[in-house]
Amino acid sequence: MLTYTIRRLLLAIPTLLFISLVIFLLVDFAPGSPMSQIPLTVPPDVRMKIIEAMGANEPVHIRYLLWLNQFFVVEPLVWLDGTLGTTYSEGMQRIISWQSRSPVMDVIAQRIPQTLTVIGTSYVLGVLIALPIGIYSAYRQYSWFDQIGTFIAMIGFSVPTFFTGLVLILVFAVNLQWFPSIYDTNLRVTDWESFLQQVRQMAMPVMVLALYNAAQISRYMRSSMLENLGQDYVRTARAKGMGERTVVLKHVLRNSMIPVVTVIALGIPTIFGGAIITEQVFRVNGLGALLIGAIQGSDLPMVQTLTFIFAMLIVLFNLIADILYGILDPRIRYD
Amino acid sequence: MTDVTIEKPRSQWADVWAQFKTHRGALVGLVVFALLILFVSVGPLIWTKDPTAINPNAAEMIKSRNKPPSLASPLGTDQLGRDMLARMMKGGQVSIAVGLVAMTISLFLGTLVGVMAGYFKRLDGPLMRLTDLFLALPLLPLLLVMVLLFRDPLSAAFGPEGGTFLLIVCAIGVTSWMQAARVVRGEVLALKEREFVLAARSIGTPSRRMILRHILPNVVSPIMVAATLGIASAIITESALSFLGLGFPPDFPTWGRLLFDGAEYIQQYPERVIWPGVAISLTVLSVNYIGDGLRDALDPRIRGR
Repeated sequence: MLTYTIRRLLLAIPTLLFISLVIFLLVDFAPGSPMSQIPLTVPPDVRMKIIEAMGANEPVHIRYLLWLNQFFVVEPLVWLDGTLGTTYSEGMQRIISWQSRSPVMDVIAQRIPQTLTVIGTSYVLGVLIALPIGIYSAYRQYSWFDQIGTFIAMIGFSVPTFFTGLVLILVFAVNLQWFPSIYDTNLRVTDWESFLQQVRQMAMPVMVLALYNAAQISRYMRSSMLENLGQDYVRTARAKGMGERTVVLKHVLRNSMIPVVTVIALGIPTIFGGAIITEQVFRVNGLGALLIGAIQGSDLPMVQTLTFIFAMLIVLFNLIADILYGILDPRIRYD
Repeated sequence: MTDVTIEKPRSQWADVWAQFKTHRGALVGLVVFALLILFVSVGPLIWTKDPTAINPNAAEMIKSRNKPPSLASPLGTDQLGRDMLARMMKGGQVSIAVGLVAMTISLFLGTLVGVMAGYFKRLDGPLMRLTDLFLALPLLPLLLVMVLLFRDPLSAAFGPEGGTFLLIVCAIGVTSWMQAARVVRGEVLALKEREFVLAARSIGTPSRRMILRHILPNVVSPIMVAATLGIASAIITESALSFLGLGFPPDFPTWGRLLFDGAEYIQQYPERVIWPGVAISLTVLSVNYIGDGLRDALDPRIRGR
């Protein structure tokens, strides 16, 4: 198991390097970069100064290495200094946003809590809804419960989240006026009253994302259960007189959870991407909104860093899914 | 003597159709999808209002704004007095065209990579590593970045509409071929072990003809299923881009763009969000159901049961 984990870890390094290179080059070689947007009336020496101030006068490979150094050496050191009170990173150049002139990582750190509360809650809720539905509709295949569940799941992942979001706003915010349509980031949960308000403003974004996630996971759960229900060991378990409950909830469920757990792990980074849209609909001031703002303001360091963080999340959760698969299914480890 | 009735030989596609017909959702999906295609392709021939015409007379234009549904414009008019029905048709044309073209690009790439990786052992490792790398890219952020950075140069080269269309279609195609490639590779690997491939090789069939004659026709079914799902995801991606304001230019309607424009007026005129939203959802839902039915119909293990 250890060698398996180490092998997966080593494979992740070239993947991350390649992705960082792709992101860096894509953003860098693009013809629409801010360097080309400096007005032509600016004198050449001033123009050189501007480009130099942006750090854009070096050749591409140097800038790539500098960025890698900033991302993998300087920023962790800054974080270390912040938590331990040391001064390793003194005098080192951090990744600076072109828009706000403040370090990119500080801005990101401010935005992460909003994204995590909304997305985390919705994902957990989605999984909690999806698993029982998937189990029961597989157990009673083609029953009315299964038919309705399949139909709702189909709707759940066919209807785009920005449309479900707008419909929910229309119903619950405009007509019924139960929930606010705009997420208030400044709300501090201090007492029961503000907690209720937080729940109310989270209700709609969480509903949208939970429906979307539950739709996908319940389908996986259902097909995985169906596959296992037809296996020989289920017949054996029933033949030796085990209760139906034990057969389904112990034998079948445990075996069908193996692929589902990895699907759940793999889904976590993709919902960060999907949340970009939901955050935009409900004006949640999180990472997605930050990315959209940076893209519209041509803030290349912010875009590069954020996109790379999303990529790192994907690689990380791929790794976690692989390792989980190895732990849960011994057959995988020995190939 | 007994009568031996010999059944008429049935073609493979008749079998597939017979199985497809038993899937009720898929059949309904097919009908709905056909109606939507008719709506956006034949509709503009019947309903000939210009979707982008703004009344040049300012006073008239202001009077014609935000009209409720009437005989002159069955879905009302938007905030600039443009006819919503005509805009829905035009927008649907663009959205569905984006879906079809992007799907074609991604399938072409996916099939190419899949067949190459499956057929030539030397290419298998590198190509599959490449596929894994692409799967690890954060697609929506990258798409947004691509649109931001390449929109202006391409618009200058091919006109604002053509340039954006080309960009969005290529961007979606290039970032969505990986699933198809994996499926096709798996199928090709299995096919390569079959006797007819061995027979073809033993009479000296060159690789090119081997792939075109023997391999490709046998991987058509997974490709078709991938195609339907590809249309659905491409339409969703395009409308998501338009919804984030990074798709087509404002005066150029697509369903996603109409939804984005309508979102500002959701309190006063909710129907302006509902129509394009329902259209996108119906298209994607019907295409997904067709894909579901096709998967069952093309699977010979299920067919005939």
